[in-house]
Amino acid sequence: MSDTTTTAPIVPSFDAPQSTGRKLAIICSKGNLDMAYPGLILANAAVGEGIETHLFFTFWGFDIINKATMGDLQFSFVGNTAMHPPGHSGMGVHHMLGALPGATKAATKMMKKQIADLDVPDVPEFLEILTASGAQMWACRMSADMNHLTEDDLYEGVEAIISASDFMELTEGAQLLFI
Amino acid sequence: MSTTTIAGHEVDVNEEGFLTRPDQWSEELAPELAALIGLHLTDKHWELIRFLRTDHAAMGETPTLRRVSTQTGTPVKELFGLFPGKPAKKMAYVSGLPKPKGCV
Repeated sequence: MSDTTTTAPIVPSFDAPQSTGRKLAIICSKGNLDMAYPGLILANAAVGEGIETHLFFTFWGFDIINKATMGDLQFSFVGNTAMHPPGHSGMGVHHMLGALPGATKAATKMMKKQIADLDVPDVPEFLEILTASGAQMWACRMSADMNHLTEDDLYEGVEAIISASDFMELTEGAQLLFI
Repeated sequence: MSTTTIAGHEVDVNEEGFLTRPDQWSEELAPELAALIGLHLTDKHWELIRFLRTDHAAMGETPTLRRVSTQTGTPVKELFGLFPGKPAKKMAYVSGLPKPKGCV
């Protein structure tokens, strides 16, 4: 089906002027499993679009890059009224049931399986992919000091522990996401 | 829907320029598509293009960068080197396939 024919080939503009120089800063401030993924997925999408991408890990988000915790982030549905079993709508699980012993462990296991079923990598592998893709990761100085952590404690791909003002400087002109 | 002529082949394309009919693609066309986006195809490019074609035919959708990497054993960094900037979309374009729909 065609209604127009042109002589010069129509070619996707992969390096369109509006995309050059675009920069994205993502601040990851939460350490729950379900709050780690949005930042990682959006960062991955951004680098895949040729956007200069910076992630800043702060407060609970530090758990995402702390070697001791990054492979073991948890999901709790306490306080999450959107919790319902996969594939169901309507009847949910009361979120306060998430406070029962073992509930977090079970919910985490279920979420990890759902993520793996989509062939989405776990957190440590995701960090490696982001590093390989050229995303730059930065750790918050105050969070490191509060937790008595040094660069040796963090995932190797983290560029450095920097102050909030340093992060502001290096993300000048960037679009920003706070998660 | 438009048509465009690439190296003498008339093909259907969408508004961005991606081929909309995978059957209009041929191995002759790939180097022409690649040249239009500034790429010269090496053996490694070809290995990936053939994977994309096979996988699309089998799965009914264009594989994501993650899938290309895991299924072909090609490190993500190498994919960015071969198809700089927007690897997933560039691979799809040269392979005559739609952009991948998956997020990761």
